[in-house]
Amino acid sequence: MIPLLIGIPAALAVLFQIIRNEKVRGYIVYAGAGIIMLTTVIFIGTWIGDGAQTWMFYPETEMIDHLMTVGDIFLMCLIIYLSVKHGKVLPIILSVAQTALVIYTEFTAEVAEGPHMMVDWLTILMCVIIAFIGGFICIYTVGYMKGYHHHHKEVKDRQPFFFSMLFLFLAAMFGLVLSQNLVWIYFFWEITSVISFLMIGYTQSDEAVNNSFCALWMNLLGGLGFAVAIALMAQLHGTLQLLEVVNIGALLPLMCLSLAGMTKSAQLPFSTWLLGAMVAPTPSSALLHSATMVKAGVYLLIRISPALEGNLVGIIVSSIGGFTFIMASMMAIAQNDAKKVLAFSTISNLGLIVACSGIGVEETVWAAVFLMVFHAVSKSMLFQSVGATENTLGSRDIEDMHGLIIRVPKLAYIMGIGIAGMYLAPFGMLISKWLALKAFVDSGNVILVLCIAYGSATTMFYWTKWLAKLLCYHIPRDTVKDVTRKDEYISMSFHAIVMLLLCLFLPVVAITVVNPIVRELFGNTHDVLSMSVLTTMAIMLVSIFIVPVVMFFISRRSHQELVPIYMNGVNEGDNRFFTNSFGGKDHLYLSNWYLRFEFGRRHLRIPSIIVATAVLVVGFCLVIGGVSW
Amino acid sequence: MVMKAIYVILFLIFAPFIGGLLDGIDRIISARMQRRKGPSIFQPFYDLGKLFSKEMIAVNNVQLLLNLSYLVILVIAGAMLFAGADLLMVLFILSTADMFLIMAASSDSSPYANMGASREMMQMMAYEPLTLLVAVGFYLTTGSFHVGTIIQQPVSAVLWMPGLLVGFMFTAAIKFRKSPFDLSTSHHAHQEMVKGITTEMSGTTLAIMNIAEYYEIVVILGIFFLFFVNSTWWSWIVALAICFIVFLMETLWDNISARLKWKTVLYGCWVVTLVAGGVNILILMLDK
Repeated sequence: MIPLLIGIPAALAVLFQIIRNEKVRGYIVYAGAGIIMLTTVIFIGTWIGDGAQTWMFYPETEMIDHLMTVGDIFLMCLIIYLSVKHGKVLPIILSVAQTALVIYTEFTAEVAEGPHMMVDWLTILMCVIIAFIGGFICIYTVGYMKGYHHHHKEVKDRQPFFFSMLFLFLAAMFGLVLSQNLVWIYFFWEITSVISFLMIGYTQSDEAVNNSFCALWMNLLGGLGFAVAIALMAQLHGTLQLLEVVNIGALLPLMCLSLAGMTKSAQLPFSTWLLGAMVAPTPSSALLHSATMVKAGVYLLIRISPALEGNLVGIIVSSIGGFTFIMASMMAIAQNDAKKVLAFSTISNLGLIVACSGIGVEETVWAAVFLMVFHAVSKSMLFQSVGATENTLGSRDIEDMHGLIIRVPKLAYIMGIGIAGMYLAPFGMLISKWLALKAFVDSGNVILVLCIAYGSATTMFYWTKWLAKLLCYHIPRDTVKDVTRKDEYISMSFHAIVMLLLCLFLPVVAITVVNPIVRELFGNTHDVLSMSVLTTMAIMLVSIFIVPVVMFFISRRSHQELVPIYMNGVNEGDNRFFTNSFGGKDHLYLSNWYLRFEFGRRHLRIPSIIVATAVLVVGFCLVIGGVSW
Repeated sequence: MVMKAIYVILFLIFAPFIGGLLDGIDRIISARMQRRKGPSIFQPFYDLGKLFSKEMIAVNNVQLLLNLSYLVILVIAGAMLFAGADLLMVLFILSTADMFLIMAASSDSSPYANMGASREMMQMMAYEPLTLLVAVGFYLTTGSFHVGTIIQQPVSAVLWMPGLLVGFMFTAAIKFRKSPFDLSTSHHAHQEMVKGITTEMSGTTLAIMNIAEYYEIVVILGIFFLFFVNSTWWSWIVALAICFIVFLMETLWDNISARLKWKTVLYGCWVVTLVAGGVNILILMLDK
């Protein structure tokens, strides 16, 4: 089954290079995404049918190892070629260094043989996220790209390439989460770095090229960390198993792997690349932010988190995570570009996940997994709806979404559910935050407690003002035609339904999916949340869902006379114009608060990068110097 | 179980009356401070009666629905508090309830209501960190977020968390909508943005909002109560008395201070949170 999971998307990626007809390609994307989902379902079915035990695969893989070496070299050559073409030096140095290091290690070090792939609950969860969220993003892309190229005539149409990259990304992600051998993970890790680089550069504009190289060097730096970890594990401990890294718990390899994880998940000081990635078409942002890329980073951190409990590396990782959580959410306040807000919120949420995995106890890992699931669904949904709104309105400025509920109701509902999923009380983020806060307190880290207290306040602010903007009743100046295509709606509705189901069946998800993951990582059977807490949660959820609905019917029974709003000048009658002091007609314009002078990126970006870098550097020095904690 | 049910029912029935009476007392005391006679103590109830008797006019059809949701979710939060549930959950639901109020205010493109809604968000951002820290403080002091456990401690929690009490008294002025923190709306209409968040609410809708506010006063005072209560019976009386004093102090503060700018409010609350709350939490963590 495993070769199929990786092979099918990879084969489809090749297929898109051959097929040039747009219509046929569309159908193949639908079919391909469907097949990937089906394969995943069958795969999970067989696994559960087998008793849901941990599977280990492929102890002997001489042949594939060599192929991967060739693959690594190919990636290095590709990076060198593209860097030379655009006159960049840094990526070449990083790429050559890490590839050489890995290949040298592979040929010189004696390592114990072990399984190269592994299937357990965490892998299964990741597979579901990749297959379903990734798959639906692919379906969405078909409709989106038509609209995109309709709006952006200046961009060269390279859709076959784009679809190839999408599917190749899924293939690489499957490989990454299924692998257990460090060299294999590293190989897929590098593929995701390079593909994201290629996707960010899709439009080929100067900005896109610069941003894509920024993403490349940052991720390659993480890759270098990964390579160093491989070399250290092989030379000092004679093993390349990820599980062994956790069992041995040597600090320096863990620190290097954490560096890799933090660059991938765009933590400070490496968050610039994810913001730059916004220049690419929306589906690639959706994919990078929800199902793939950044999830690879947190996946790795969650995998190694049991080894991070209470040691220096754990403290560094959780501090950087907590710091990122609050700084990114503050910077999100000052943004009015919807995609930028989403990007900052991704960074900030990942910060929370990273902080949780850095603490490395059962509660926090439980919260981290939960956050990851909710974040994947709602972020994917938000990006898709923002993309569709942009195609419809011709703008992705939040200010232009004033009264979206009247103009394009369907998109507004989807966006509203997504936003609610990111922070409101009945949704899953809350319980994760609750657990995380409790675990942070238990771990005795006062800085993290403060980070989460302030961070959740700022998070609430930027989401609420966006939500309020969407729901504002306002007669539109001009009507817009909803150009969102059917496949886009299918994908978005799927996400919305999943989101609501996740909320309603929260206890079920917690018991059947998240608990086993935590149990496997920590090897015990203590339940993180007691049943009574979960039941309380469920009752709360239902009541908060039901209350507005009931109130809807109650308020419908009362007969209200509608009157114009108060404008402190004479309302001209339709709530849009008022009579100004010169007796003329003036248009009403409402704007949100952005607090640019307080929370603007210009003020906060550089200091926060400096602080985070300092923490990282000091951390490395302490770990290398062997300071015990 | 029966006790819990009784508490909840008592809360549901009496909270609006207590809130209303407190509001009446507040009005009289304020009036006396300003050398006026002031209205009857029951004036808030007469007001409510009048609001309910008004003709139903509204600016749109969703405001009533959102205000009702605000009220009901706030009541759920309060009921959970009085049922001895998880304090952190109560606080989270409380902010969800507030979210409905903000949506109600910004559900129409009314400039004043929108400004009020924006300021309300700002106020939430200002007080939210401290309320979370208060919950954390109770957890560190008593080992549980559960209100049921918190009230059965041998000594009152305030001995361990005086800093948090000071911080909570500071930020509670926002929740009580008292000057100097009454940015989003106040009890007086003579201000730069009319009635802020409630500008577009009238009749029944406004009455619902007022009832919700009365519930909220009781919920907030309930949290103050937790600071002082312990397993002895007389601590309940002391705690009730102190809650009343806290409320009177908020009235005093309301009358002697002028409204601040949002920046001062935000930074003021955050700094107080950090100094009073953060240091208190740090000491608790080191000591416990």
